[in-house]
Amino acid sequence: MDLYGLAQYLISFLIAGGIYALLCLALNVQWGYGGLFNAGIAGFFAVGAYTSALLTAASSGGKHVGGFALPIPVGLVGAALVAGVTGWAVARICVHLKSDYLAMASIGISEILRMVIVNEQWLTHGSLGIANIPRPFENWATGESSAWVFVVVVWLVVGASWWFCNRLYASPWGRALRAIRDNEEAARAVGKDVDRLRLQTYVIGCALMGVAGALSASYFKFLSPAATDPLLITFLVWVMLIAGGSGNNRGAVVGALAIWAIWSVTEILTARLPPDWTARSSYIRMLLVGLLLQFVLQRYRGGLVPERSPPLRFDDSPSKPAP
Amino acid sequence: MMVFINLYLIPALALGSIYALGAVGISMIYGILRFSHFAHGDVMTIGAYGTFSAVWAFGLHPLLALPFGIALAVAIALLADRAFYRPLRRLPTIYAVIASFGVALMIRSLVQLIWGPQNQVFQVGVRMPLVFFDSLRISSLHLQAFVITLLLAAALQWFLSRTRTGRSMRAVSDDPDLASVAGLEPERVIRWTWIIGAGLAATAGVLAGMDTQIHANMGWNLLLAMFASALVGGIGKPMGAVAGGFLIGLAEELSTYPWIGSESLVSPSYKSAVAFVIMVLVLLFRPQGLMRGRLL
Repeated sequence: MDLYGLAQYLISFLIAGGIYALLCLALNVQWGYGGLFNAGIAGFFAVGAYTSALLTAASSGGKHVGGFALPIPVGLVGAALVAGVTGWAVARICVHLKSDYLAMASIGISEILRMVIVNEQWLTHGSLGIANIPRPFENWATGESSAWVFVVVVWLVVGASWWFCNRLYASPWGRALRAIRDNEEAARAVGKDVDRLRLQTYVIGCALMGVAGALSASYFKFLSPAATDPLLITFLVWVMLIAGGSGNNRGAVVGALAIWAIWSVTEILTARLPPDWTARSSYIRMLLVGLLLQFVLQRYRGGLVPERSPPLRFDDSPSKPAP
Repeated sequence: MMVFINLYLIPALALGSIYALGAVGISMIYGILRFSHFAHGDVMTIGAYGTFSAVWAFGLHPLLALPFGIALAVAIALLADRAFYRPLRRLPTIYAVIASFGVALMIRSLVQLIWGPQNQVFQVGVRMPLVFFDSLRISSLHLQAFVITLLLAAALQWFLSRTRTGRSMRAVSDDPDLASVAGLEPERVIRWTWIIGAGLAATAGVLAGMDTQIHANMGWNLLLAMFASALVGGIGKPMGAVAGGFLIGLAEELSTYPWIGSESLVSPSYKSAVAFVIMVLVLLFRPQGLMRGRLL
């Protein structure tokens, strides 16, 4: 492989890795901060992807609703809003119950969303998909170079989300949330509104997942139900977060990149096998990822970068009288 | 009227049988081990494939080959418990839920690796339905599914109320601390839970496979409806799960009947959303389920 090809590969790796990092950050807000289980990441991702695709794609000539050709930031915000509202509806029903219910409900909503996407031709063009989804700044950079621009955009979004999530973590809101996660009764006893905080967490996470979906639709420029495969999204993101270290944003990003590196490098290796083996090897790969998850769960529950509570800070300034 | 019975009511009962058998396992595993077993659908799948191999190797009828499928499903479930769930038993149960997602995926990849991704059928050819009173047409498969489920439910009820093992299972489910103080061995009870749960799941998988076909995702696709059934019936109540399974099966099939006008009330492609809607309604208004099960 020549240098140019290598650079191109690296770019595509970083784009997909960045989208996964965003999903991991989102899941980390839900699971790592709030202890909320989301087994329907693919569903919220799909909602975001379709919302943004319908808002930003060029007109389809009546094949499906939309094609409003709106600017990309509108698509991103729309994706976050619609995915957030979907998350709100799910969490509203079962956030006050044990996590198992949230897991079931999130799987349920994600399967139903898939059904809607496949069946409602007028809305999503079914399995034929939506074409002509724009990438940002395409007027200035076309063809291959648009990927170079896109990688910057993706990582800018990841950076902004990273900053946002870190602020959340350190804020009083984040502290209250971790208190709930670690000891719900105690948090309730000191007067924290547990259900309300959890609901907010879930919605924020889902909105970020929607943004990740919007970026992915824009990257592939085409969106069909196959792009929202629960195995590749929900499951892989869980493995990434658990392996990276939940509760901690650095861990989420490290985990996303590390697992994505393993995943894509093994794909290059297995692509060289005879075709009969290529199909089989993808199952072996899934099996190994499943084993990896079990291994991490049993041996390295903290992940690659375990969560560290922020240091205690004492106000050293001359003591002010309490207000 | 006959159209309603032949094409909606009877298939609904057959579908309900499948859900019922699957939901019993989910409900019991929750009752004893306190976690939602998300790999239960895939245990069903591997049971169906195990049976399929025995049908293919020995030329048996699927129901005669069923013990092979049950044995395989039970072996896989016990292995998964030993290797993946037992080490997490002292942690919050949500870790076991995550592990069960991993197990679900591993079983599915294993099935695809061994048997290939294509659909398989137990028997080829069209079977004529049984005809009663000139107009009541019942597919023998549907009748079998219904009768088998009723027999198994009765046997389970007998086991849980009359045998020592069954009673200790109910004791652990009701109050684990009291049960261990009373000297019941939790690991033995857990073993029996997996054996019964996986055995019933494998049976459900074969019944589902005989009705249509078997493929690697069949169990996963049924999982949501089975959870809804367990929830409707009341988690931890096996007989509640049976009732819940029939209720969900009836609701799914009957919702596609043209109740108003000549169109299906709910388009058949959204049939499985009905189970979800019922689940949400139960969560909102009666989270302990119809039979006063455990609130998770």
